[in-house]
Amino acid sequence: MDISFSPEEEAFRAEVRAFIAEAKTQLPKASVGEPESATRSKEDYLAWHKLLYKKGWVAPLWPKEYGGPGWSVTQRYIFNEECAKAETPVTLPFGLSMVGPVIFTFGSDEQKKKYLPRIMSGEDWWCQGYSEPGSGSDLASLRTRAVRDGDYYIVNGQKTWTTLAQYADWIFCLVRTNPDAKQQEGISFLLIDMKTPGITVKPIIVLDGAHEVNEVFFDNVKVPVANRVGEENKGWTYAKFLLVHERSGIARVAGSKRAVEKLKEIARTELDDGKPLIQTEAFSNKIAELEIELSALEYTELRTLAAESKGKMAGPESSILKIRGTEIQQRITELTEEAVGYYAFPNERRLGSNEYPVGPDYALGVAGRYFNMRKASIYGGSNEIQRNIIAKAVLGL
Amino acid sequence: MDFSFTEEQTLLRNSVEKYLADNYKFEDWRKFTRGDVGRDPKHWSQFAELGLLAAPLPEAYGGLGGDAVSSMIIMQEFGRSLVVEPYVPTVVVGGSVLTHGGSETQKEEWLAKIAAGETIMAFAFAESGGRFNLADLTTTAKKQGSGYVLNGQKSVVIAGPWADQLIVTARTSGGRRDAKGVSVFLVDKKAKGVSVRDFPTVDSSRASEVTFENVEVPADRLIGELDNGLPLIERAVDEAIAATCAEATGAMKVLVDATVEYSKQRKQFGVPIGKFQALQHRMVDMFVNSEQSTSITLMVTLNLGSSDVERKKAASAAKVQIGNSGRFVGQGAVQIHGGMGMTDELNVGHYFKRLTTIDTLYGNVDYHLRRFAALDADKAA
Repeated sequence: MDISFSPEEEAFRAEVRAFIAEAKTQLPKASVGEPESATRSKEDYLAWHKLLYKKGWVAPLWPKEYGGPGWSVTQRYIFNEECAKAETPVTLPFGLSMVGPVIFTFGSDEQKKKYLPRIMSGEDWWCQGYSEPGSGSDLASLRTRAVRDGDYYIVNGQKTWTTLAQYADWIFCLVRTNPDAKQQEGISFLLIDMKTPGITVKPIIVLDGAHEVNEVFFDNVKVPVANRVGEENKGWTYAKFLLVHERSGIARVAGSKRAVEKLKEIARTELDDGKPLIQTEAFSNKIAELEIELSALEYTELRTLAAESKGKMAGPESSILKIRGTEIQQRITELTEEAVGYYAFPNERRLGSNEYPVGPDYALGVAGRYFNMRKASIYGGSNEIQRNIIAKAVLGL
Repeated sequence: MDFSFTEEQTLLRNSVEKYLADNYKFEDWRKFTRGDVGRDPKHWSQFAELGLLAAPLPEAYGGLGGDAVSSMIIMQEFGRSLVVEPYVPTVVVGGSVLTHGGSETQKEEWLAKIAAGETIMAFAFAESGGRFNLADLTTTAKKQGSGYVLNGQKSVVIAGPWADQLIVTARTSGGRRDAKGVSVFLVDKKAKGVSVRDFPTVDSSRASEVTFENVEVPADRLIGELDNGLPLIERAVDEAIAATCAEATGAMKVLVDATVEYSKQRKQFGVPIGKFQALQHRMVDMFVNSEQSTSITLMVTLNLGSSDVERKKAASAAKVQIGNSGRFVGQGAVQIHGGMGMTDELNVGHYFKRLTTIDTLYGNVDYHLRRFAALDADKAA
């Protein structure tokens, strides 16, 4: 049992810290802060990505041969922690953590050559074509159809909840190639150029007014067979592999710690009967409960990481990280909304772009984030589904 | 024991329900809450015509002589349709401070105007730094000649952009947070020195930040006794709480029904998701919360005329129950609707947002728990 870091690891931490301090000075203002900022452009989203790319640190999950930094699990943990502490922007997961690992694990040599460098450099923006209107929790029931026609598939159907598809150059899609097989056995994994004729992207506006997600329609879209990853009808295997990757880091411990600090700053400033809100028993107890739960989650995550560093793949227990991690994220936004009192009311998204915010700066967007964060217990396999996984695969029920 | 409505009350409910079903559809609501004004003024005139604005006001001054039950009935229906029109600040708060504190002349003038739909009032009570304490005021009114001079700032004044009159709390004597020394004024929004910054709110209403700079307020604009306005305001806020709780119960009922219905339609893994026991139990708990909320709303409504302590306890109890239940029902409705619950397009999210702001309005769960507990201890002592 040892929770301390080695001198090498501490030296690595210092290096990361120095890099972040320098890199942050080069970031455009709109790229920093909450990820769902209304004013963030495609370039803003990519600014942090490009700085990391230049440093060779953009793809911590990738093996060295494909351009990863070759970090240990602990180094990745330190890197994430320092980024969260410094409130750096985050890189988008769709290329780096989702389709990238699928391509370098299951893709052909041509696919690796063609796609991986462009994911790494940020030249290609990827989005994820999994959910469909009729297939959410029950993903394997998906109906988007791909019919073989010589060297092409003809794709027809619809994807939904596609995050930031409005900027995407490529979409990785689960499509049905064999409607007669059992659900999981008739699915293939296709890489589709978003510029292909027949693709339409329609925005979905969510609760806080943000345009984060989209519907993507496919109308006789011609996709080269060469764009299929792995074997035909084996797509479910790759999809599941990706879902496991998606879950690593889902606990967001470092980010939540930073958010709790912010909440405490607010609670020190807000007054309740003339004294700081943080000194009222009810509120300070709620913050304490949150911190305790977060501290337990941190150690749950460390246990997972320690096992992983010994070569043990994360098992179904990692659903704990998704459940508690998202519940804590939601609770932080909820308490922050509560902390600012009436100044949670102004809807800054509907203010003119030149107007200064109503109320203190720290109240800006807090209600929107509380509303928006309700998605966290729905996406990436809803928390009900995660509980089913634990019930079945861990408890054997 | 009888919780049934009288014939008149049933008629009232039916008429509000029918008007809103025919004229206040979600798609129209979406359009006008996003327009420049943020509401459609025709509804206010129609409410006046239907007698809704006069319903709870005394007959002697143009009202229909109903009691708080009328407001409860109206607000429940308003909650079902996400009505943004300022019934609570104008009819409930305005009606309360004038009825209980106004002079004969003031009542004759202003209660009649409220009943006829000729005035809209906004309630300027909150201040930054004051949180939910109604006496924590930095806005001051100083005697000058026969009248007063008002200085200060009010935060998040709901319906501020639509109002012509502002019900303003100000300190006329004593120290910050003293119970004594609070006075209530009805300030003309057009008076010199009143400036506003209007903005949209997250629950699709509108509000203003209001600044008073040497605003001259005539003596006949003081409502109730000088320095003794706090009891008047506390009573008005308790009445506003009862009405807002009623609104919340309307919203919760819509969410419970919509969620149950959705869970019967939406199929995953080959069955309607409503067949899954995890979701059934959550929906049952949403239903229980909604029913408990309806009950406590009745409790507070029927206790508004009790002693000050009983009334305050009832209002705090109701606000705690509604705050907690509103969150539970709102969050559950979004969760069970899945991605659809997250969209701006579906009405579910808008009810969830309104239930969220209702928890804060007039004091949140923590504030009212504390007030309830303190009142209980006082009584025992």
